[in-house]
Amino acid sequence: MNLLLRRLVWMPPLLLVISLLAFCLVRLAPGGPFDRERKPASPEIERALQERYHLDEPWWRQYLRFLGGLARGDLGASLKYRSHTVTDIIRQGLPASLAIGGGAFLLALGLGVPAGFYSAVRRGRWEDFGVSFLILLAVCIPAFVVGPLLAMVFAVRLGWLPVGLWGSPLHAVLPVVSLGLYFAGRIARLTREGMFETAQQDFIRTARAKGLPETAVLVRHALPLALLPVASYSGPMLADLLTGSFVVENLFQIPGIGVFMVNSSLNRDYTMVVGLVLLYAGLLLGLNLLVDLLYGWLDPRTRHG
Amino acid sequence: MAEPALQPAGRPPRTPAGRAWRRFRRNRPASLGAVALVSLVALVALLPWLPLPEPDAMTELQFAAPRAGHWFGTDLLGRDLLARVLHGTRVSLLVGCVGAAVSLVIGVCWGLIAGYAGGRLDNLMMRVVDVLYALPSIIFVIVLMTALNGLLARWQNAGMDGDLAGTLQLTGMFAGLGAVSWLTMARIVRGQVLSLRRRPFVEASRVLGAGHAHVIFRHILPNVLGVVLVYLALTVPSVVLYESFLSYLGLGIQPPQASLGSLIAEGASQINPIRVYWWLLVFPAGTLVTTLLCLNFVADGLRDALDPKEA
Repeated sequence: MNLLLRRLVWMPPLLLVISLLAFCLVRLAPGGPFDRERKPASPEIERALQERYHLDEPWWRQYLRFLGGLARGDLGASLKYRSHTVTDIIRQGLPASLAIGGGAFLLALGLGVPAGFYSAVRRGRWEDFGVSFLILLAVCIPAFVVGPLLAMVFAVRLGWLPVGLWGSPLHAVLPVVSLGLYFAGRIARLTREGMFETAQQDFIRTARAKGLPETAVLVRHALPLALLPVASYSGPMLADLLTGSFVVENLFQIPGIGVFMVNSSLNRDYTMVVGLVLLYAGLLLGLNLLVDLLYGWLDPRTRHG
Repeated sequence: MAEPALQPAGRPPRTPAGRAWRRFRRNRPASLGAVALVSLVALVALLPWLPLPEPDAMTELQFAAPRAGHWFGTDLLGRDLLARVLHGTRVSLLVGCVGAAVSLVIGVCWGLIAGYAGGRLDNLMMRVVDVLYALPSIIFVIVLMTALNGLLARWQNAGMDGDLAGTLQLTGMFAGLGAVSWLTMARIVRGQVLSLRRRPFVEASRVLGAGHAHVIFRHILPNVLGVVLVYLALTVPSVVLYESFLSYLGLGIQPPQASLGSLIAEGASQINPIRVYWWLLVFPAGTLVTTLLCLNFVADGLRDALDPKEA
């Protein structure tokens, strides 16, 4: 508990360092947020804009200003879409990204864990080779190949699902699948390796020796421990998924925040980048904390000490 | 007397490396993958001497389906896809290997220093890794690549050679991809070093008066090597995939050069319900998937072969 408290106390300073890093990083890139306006701004307008958003001040002043805003829960206005604040844009885009990311996470676990478990149990037989091959295939094909192919078959040829856009749950199916398959493959590999790792442990031999049926040994005793690597990978994976995927949102024209992650760094939208980085980092740190709690539940040995 | 009979057929190798090599050879997917990889590398290394059209030689033959003379078909500009795929494979493999090597150097040094020094330095170095973990790597890469591409465009306007610019761009990409993929390597190495440092044989060596350099190079590094090798083999495919993502964003390899990723992105953009130019997607994607499959088979085989528990 003490350790947990310490991690919680460490989170705000860590987040501050991360925001400072992101803050400096985007400003190090050449060009500025007003370079890509529809019409090239005249020098006067550009200067006025710089002044309006305090970009003419030294960096440390700007950062202090940002901290002041942050204390009030205000991340500032997006420098590209200046009529919207960063929090507004995130609030509008987040639901779609959360839905697709959450769906992909469930798909990854629901498909990956059983597949990995099955291939581990059938180790060395043809079922193992078949499933392992499918798993590798999932890990090796990028989403920007899976996505168009799925859309081609299920949306255009068969007409079962919409090609893109966002609205009904049906709209989420193709994005979720094309995003989740890769992660399902990763999870399956981790589960498979975790099962091999646990199968060698003494307590598994004990469980078998006392005459437990094989299913009970594998599911009740081996699986929870085999899932430890999966749990520790789940934290970063979920943070990744929930903050949206550029490829999938771009392919299916989904109004999420994954597109912003890439576009705002390309557009030098300083405030937007820092806001998104903060969101991602906060999610990541929080989820990692959650994973550590989960560890205690999966592995009794880590509960004390 | 009965001893010779107990010996298995063929003398068992004496060194750990020998045992690992033997186990690797017996792993059929892994050795097949290794053979396929070596032949692929040989093929792309011999590219200049192969009877193929230039990868960026345009012809009148647009979107030709695969046929004799153009085994993989041609693209929008009538370029031979087979030549482009092979050149792209060369670029992708190069990016993967060099990127992984950069991440190896940074990760191993970082992890080794942190784990071996321990204490406050270790704490500080690992907090840095934590912070970098929480920074989305794509932002770092975008900033780096746009800065580099901008700089190169300016230099080219000032009269720099195009080939040199291409080479520099590639080098920058190596550095950038390596710079975002060393974190896990550093964590793994640091964990290993931390546990090795307290092992009796390391302490014995210290007591006998061995210096730090001796301990690190004689005792620690050789023992970390197995884990590092396995993780390295997994880094290569992930760097190749990352490069293909960058190419998809238009930040990777600049045309007319191509990588497997940029070819796939090009092919994927040609998917439309009216006319299907399947070869534009199938051949580059097939090559990428095959390469990655081989790399993964080899990595898995290495892990099984180097696992000390299965000796």
